[in-house]
Amino acid sequence: MSAQREHAIVTEDLSLWYGDFQALDGVSTRIRDGVITGLIGPSGCGKTTFLRCLNRVNERYGNVRTEGMIDILGKNIYDDDVSLIELRKSVGMVFQRPNPLPISVYENVVFGLRIHKRRSELSKSVLDQAVEEALGEVRLWADLKDRLHDKETDLQLEQQQKLCIARLLPLKPDVILMDEPCSALDVEATTAVEELMRSLAGQYTIVIVTHNMAQARRISDDCIFMLLGNIVEQDRTEDLFLNPKNEKTADYIEGRYG
Amino acid sequence: MQLQRSKWKAFSEGLIEWTIRVSGISAVVFVFAIFIFVFWEGKGLLFSDDFSISELLTSEKWDPTHTPPSYGAARIILGTFSVALVAMIITVPFSLGGAVFISEFCGPRLKEILKVVIELLAAIPSVVWGFIGLKITSVYMKELGADAGVSLLNGAIILALMSMPIIVSISEDALNAVPDSYREAAIGLGVTKWQMVYRVLLPGAKNGLLAAVLLGMGRVVGETMAVLMATGNADNNPFSSDAPFLDLLVSVKTMTATIAKEMGDTVNGGDHYQVLFLLGVLLFSITFIVNLTAHLVIHGVKRK
Ligand SMILES: Nc1ncnc2c1ncn2[C@@H]1O[C@H](COP(=O)(O)OP(=O)(O)OP(=O)(O)O)[C@@H](O)[C@H]1O
Ligand SMILES: [Mg+2]
Repeated sequence: MSAQREHAIVTEDLSLWYGDFQALDGVSTRIRDGVITGLIGPSGCGKTTFLRCLNRVNERYGNVRTEGMIDILGKNIYDDDVSLIELRKSVGMVFQRPNPLPISVYENVVFGLRIHKRRSELSKSVLDQAVEEALGEVRLWADLKDRLHDKETDLQLEQQQKLCIARLLPLKPDVILMDEPCSALDVEATTAVEELMRSLAGQYTIVIVTHNMAQARRISDDCIFMLLGNIVEQDRTEDLFLNPKNEKTADYIEGRYG
Repeated sequence: MQLQRSKWKAFSEGLIEWTIRVSGISAVVFVFAIFIFVFWEGKGLLFSDDFSISELLTSEKWDPTHTPPSYGAARIILGTFSVALVAMIITVPFSLGGAVFISEFCGPRLKEILKVVIELLAAIPSVVWGFIGLKITSVYMKELGADAGVSLLNGAIILALMSMPIIVSISEDALNAVPDSYREAAIGLGVTKWQMVYRVLLPGAKNGLLAAVLLGMGRVVGETMAVLMATGNADNNPFSSDAPFLDLLVSVKTMTATIAKEMGDTVNGGDHYQVLFLLGVLLFSITFIVNLTAHLVIHGVKRK
């Protein structure tokens, strides 16, 4: 993989059906490497669907059919020889509701290592270090270093969501997908998670779905506006919000859409 | 608008409420009444001078029709526990595996089919299972070297099959209750199916699974007719033989089978009659403890 790659994710003519219902209709896009790309659009336009294609978690529902191509870091993820396990290791996902597993904070962070590495590679010092690094990166270390063995349910929502980000990091992902990661959080927690995302940008390619226009403006470098299973406009965030080229984009960001 | 309730409505509502209340309370009353009745029938012997409880529990000599009679139920108790233990060893992995398969791995159609089949399995009467044990599985036991075919292992296999539906269906409910967000989290991190099962589903559903196993055990310990027919009901100690730990091919007696078989031959109120009731008290206590544990375990899930 070349470090100088410009685009981390390239899709071509990506279409997806849930049974007979077409949720994505020929989506072609290029998502820049190492920046935050915001994904906005009215409810039901296919944002979540698109995001979930990128690590192929969509396929757990039996009735999903996909066509087209998704290239992530130079590899078509729909090729037959792609390992879903490796794909999901390098394309991590953060969900709308924080969903830490019902195990301790420590075990949540090392869960990925435990499933991907052989037991012999995981000495206590390796695991301890991974936990300290990951929690440090999401700024939870100071708060939680004395509570590593507490159940995750004792945490506040903000901490839970940060933990869900932290557990991706020991696997050294290239891409982090986030589906409305702040929609369950209050204002302060949202600010904290946004700061965290800014600090992660550069190291990781982040794609974030959001309903919150202000949030998209604050944190994203690029922005994609979707409508009815298709991309209407994609641009640098500033340009998209200040000079939308498409009338529909303008309508949406001015709140004239549902 | 008329706000006043009609008299009839008020009366019928009250009646319904009382009926429900009485049925609820009566369930509790019945359980206690049965326990007291069983205990009452056996208490004369329990407190009499020429009977010792420790003999009942430890002596291996069960000869209630001899004069003087011997009431040593140790072999019967060992028989009960060993059949139950072997049955559980057989049924737990299959039932849990089956539940995992039904709830996580098979398509919707196969799922429906399997659920129906398992319900059918639950509907087979006990005596029919007894027949199967007596006539079908026992043939294979003979090939394995059991003299009569009917044996401990034979009974355990029948009991394993009989307890499977209850364990599978309760386990499946427990697995369905594991939040889907856990599955998504794990899939997102790249688990294999097998890792999903043992790292997420089994820990996530563990209380429910434990409850399922305990309820299955209650069924196994309490079952009578099938076990009477399938074990052969001969008075042997499965632990004292040439086999290393437990002789699986020997015919054994269980408490339930002993009570059912011998009760008809006893004199009402006689010593033999009373000792069988004492066995009943013991059995009742065991199943009560098993079911209570299961209940507490399930309740633990709900409180969280
Ligand atoms: N599993 C599914 N089965 C069938 N249809 C689905 C499924 N998931 C989503 N859809 C449909 O696909 C369309 C796109 O859904 P999607 O969840 O991607 O929208 P979204 O843009 O994320 O919406 P929101 O902003 O409300 O989260 C919707 O019309 C939805 O009803
Ligand atoms: Mg969505």
